[in-house]
Amino acid sequence: MTDSGSFRFWVRAIASAAASLVGVALILRAARNDYAFYLAYLVFQYVALALGWNILGGYAGFVNFGASAFFAAGAYSTVALTKTIGASLPICVAAGGAVGATLGLLMGALTLRLRGVYFAISTLSLSMVLETLVVNWSYVGGSSGAYLVRPKVFAPFTTYTEYLCLTMFLIAAGAAIASAAIERSSVGAGLAAIRDDETAAAALGVPTLRLKLVAATISGAILGMAGTPLPFYNSYVNPDSAFAIGYSVNALAMALVGGAESWVGPVAGALLLGSLQQVALAFVSSSASLALTGLVFMTFVALAPRGLIGLLKARGRPQGGP
Amino acid sequence: MTLDPVLLLNALASGLLLGGFYALAASGLAVAFGLLDVVNIAHPAIMVAAAFAVSALSEATALDPALTTLIVAAPFALAGAALYRAYHFFFERRGDESIRGLAFFFGLMFLIETALLMIWGADQRFVEAPYANGVVSLGEVDLPLRMVVPAAVSLVAFAGLYIFLKTTFLGRAIAAVSQDSEALRLMGVDPVRVKTVAFALSVALAALAGGALIVIQPVDSASGRIFIGRLFAIVIMGGLGSLPGTLVAGLLFGVIEDMTATLIGPSWSPAVAFGLLLGFLALRPRGLLGAGAAA
Repeated sequence: MTDSGSFRFWVRAIASAAASLVGVALILRAARNDYAFYLAYLVFQYVALALGWNILGGYAGFVNFGASAFFAAGAYSTVALTKTIGASLPICVAAGGAVGATLGLLMGALTLRLRGVYFAISTLSLSMVLETLVVNWSYVGGSSGAYLVRPKVFAPFTTYTEYLCLTMFLIAAGAAIASAAIERSSVGAGLAAIRDDETAAAALGVPTLRLKLVAATISGAILGMAGTPLPFYNSYVNPDSAFAIGYSVNALAMALVGGAESWVGPVAGALLLGSLQQVALAFVSSSASLALTGLVFMTFVALAPRGLIGLLKARGRPQGGP
Repeated sequence: MTLDPVLLLNALASGLLLGGFYALAASGLAVAFGLLDVVNIAHPAIMVAAAFAVSALSEATALDPALTTLIVAAPFALAGAALYRAYHFFFERRGDESIRGLAFFFGLMFLIETALLMIWGADQRFVEAPYANGVVSLGEVDLPLRMVVPAAVSLVAFAGLYIFLKTTFLGRAIAAVSQDSEALRLMGVDPVRVKTVAFALSVALAALAGGALIVIQPVDSASGRIFIGRLFAIVIMGGLGSLPGTLVAGLLFGVIEDMTATLIGPSWSPAVAFGLLLGFLALRPRGLLGAGAAA
């Protein structure tokens, strides 16, 4: 990668993020409705979750079933930090990222030497054990949860939800830029080699364990950050809501439905599934929305292994396979 | 803190009973994950679905839960056969089982939980067994029948499974199928059919475990989740597919968990599964009775 090439990449990445921010802000302000910000926050949260999951799951092929554990770790680090030192949101986001990164690195160090299924199973039980810890930790509210007072809103925001929405947008945009940067770097190439054939990659001198640990750390950091504004968003957080399995399912489902090979896939998947869920939630019921998510996900996994992006590409190239 | 020996003895006894049930619950997973290399994360969710079905059927017919469990196990076995065929068709056949196959079972688990929630709501379900409140006393140790009966049923089913796998041609074919399917093919056996039967057996075992579970404790739609860590820990501790290993690991696990609940507090027992699972993965991925070394 040449210097001018990477300069152009960063200029373009930051310009697109800024342009989408302006676009989103104009649309949301035009809606003149706090509910629009509320919904937009959820969508950005899912974009961040799907992108964070995808760095290890999509690029390296190591499935994390415990996205909710990282997410909740972020949420609870916010609770702990606001209670101890009354930290502001940006500090909480950074701290939640650090907690998530540490968690990802530790989990990776213990299980990423083995076949991917062991990592998957461990992440699944990670959320159980972290939930046990939080339930037994009375300082952050234990099983009954903790209430957080939203700080006063400040200019240029008119409501605190707007501020939260912007924060989540920046986390999601940061995750997208990080993903795109990884894809074009040697780390991304190494991870793709691991996904295709780990033994062959190791034989060719790819530092597989180190790359997997890097991916697990970055992925954990993004998943953790995505959870940090949650206690402010709901003004209340308890173990059930923070560790909800829905976050784990959505992170994985949105990435796989969209297409896991590039950052565009998780974003597309999060936009599609996220809006489907909100429609089902508003017009039918919350369990219908869960069932719909599960069905769409299973259908895509079985019939469209390369996701939405794969389907679009196949359409553009009628005669050839993938 | 003083340790009361009677308390410890009681915890040991109830831990062993619980462990007998754990061994049965893990045996189906040992077949699927250990012998067939099908990582069925939905196994505990299937067990809970069977527990719901047993509860509903026992309530409707007033039959003993042991009997309704057997009735429920049959359709579950058929569904298991169909499930394996679908899994084979969409994933295994394409060599795509690692990521998407795992995701498939995770999605299935989520769908089962959601379906149970939609059909029966969020409340806990239980079953009225005639012996539910009985107690057998052995000296200082009190054994509730609510635990004794499921443990006994579990051990009988476990023994039956062991004899089937060791002595019948089909059983030995199941043990061999993921190791050398070519040899089976040369003997005129279709590996996919063997795996279909074995997976049906695995799901039927999950259904039997579900019947035992609902006698032991009330369940709700998400009860399966805590069993994911437990059952995979037991199967891995047991050495992936070794039935004697699974039994030893199950009993040991029950005792450790009950001791934790007695000595530290019941709210900490979920952490046991995870601690043991991670410890084994990091140090002895081949299991208790295995040869050590990394997988």
